[in-house]
Amino acid sequence: METATIMQRAYELMFIVRPDLLEEDVDKLIATLQGHATNAGAVVQNTEKMGKRRLAYDVKKFQDGQYVLFTLNADGKAIHELERRLRVAEQVIKFITVRTDEEEQRLEKVRKIRASHTKRAPVEPAVAESETPAVGA
Amino acid sequence: MTDEVKHEGSAPSQRPQGRPDRPERGDRPDRGPGGREGGRKFFRRKKVCKFCVEKIDDINYKDVRLLQQFVAERGKIVPRRLTGVCTPHQRRLTSAIKRARNIALLPFAAR
Repeated sequence: METATIMQRAYELMFIVRPDLLEEDVDKLIATLQGHATNAGAVVQNTEKMGKRRLAYDVKKFQDGQYVLFTLNADGKAIHELERRLRVAEQVIKFITVRTDEEEQRLEKVRKIRASHTKRAPVEPAVAESETPAVGA
Repeated sequence: MTDEVKHEGSAPSQRPQGRPDRPERGDRPDRGPGGREGGRKFFRRKKVCKFCVEKIDDINYKDVRLLQQFVAERGKIVPRRLTGVCTPHQRRLTSAIKRARNIALLPFAAR
């Protein structure tokens, strides 16, 4: 597939599924979306169900939502296609795509600088590692 | 998950170093005409950037607990002069808060 070689970037795709959807239906939805993603030329690295959460404001008259997070490598076209799918899917009430590769690079750099500055290197990177994946609980 | 909503009520108290503070150079005559008697005589401890001190590199939009400390009760982003966050970190913080708002993790305006 030539799209896979052109421009693969790291993205995070977070979306909110309506709260009244059953657990297995959410799983089904995730599976179909993953299928769409791979068909579009994206590589899904990780999917995470972040559980039910109260929304900060009403979205489509819902007060709660089930958050799902995709971490994927894809090019712009694949993301565009996925976003279109999400827009069409009526179980999905809100979504956001964030490009993470540049931020990752920056963090990598900061970590490297920090490791070279502090001589107690074995302790420091471990702390930095454990702090970064701190998802909003 | 739901405890974060309750958390919101107590958010102002845990904002770093109390919010009505001004920076140390707050005795500049930028307080308008009434600036003369407004000059502070007592010492204010210098505020430091939370992200620099605790070495938090990654200001992530998913980390609601962290972001909530820098959002006022009504959902506004608290200015740098009140929290002591340094400019580069405030910039990242702002974009993180705005992202979190977009995905309904933080309110645009509360009540």
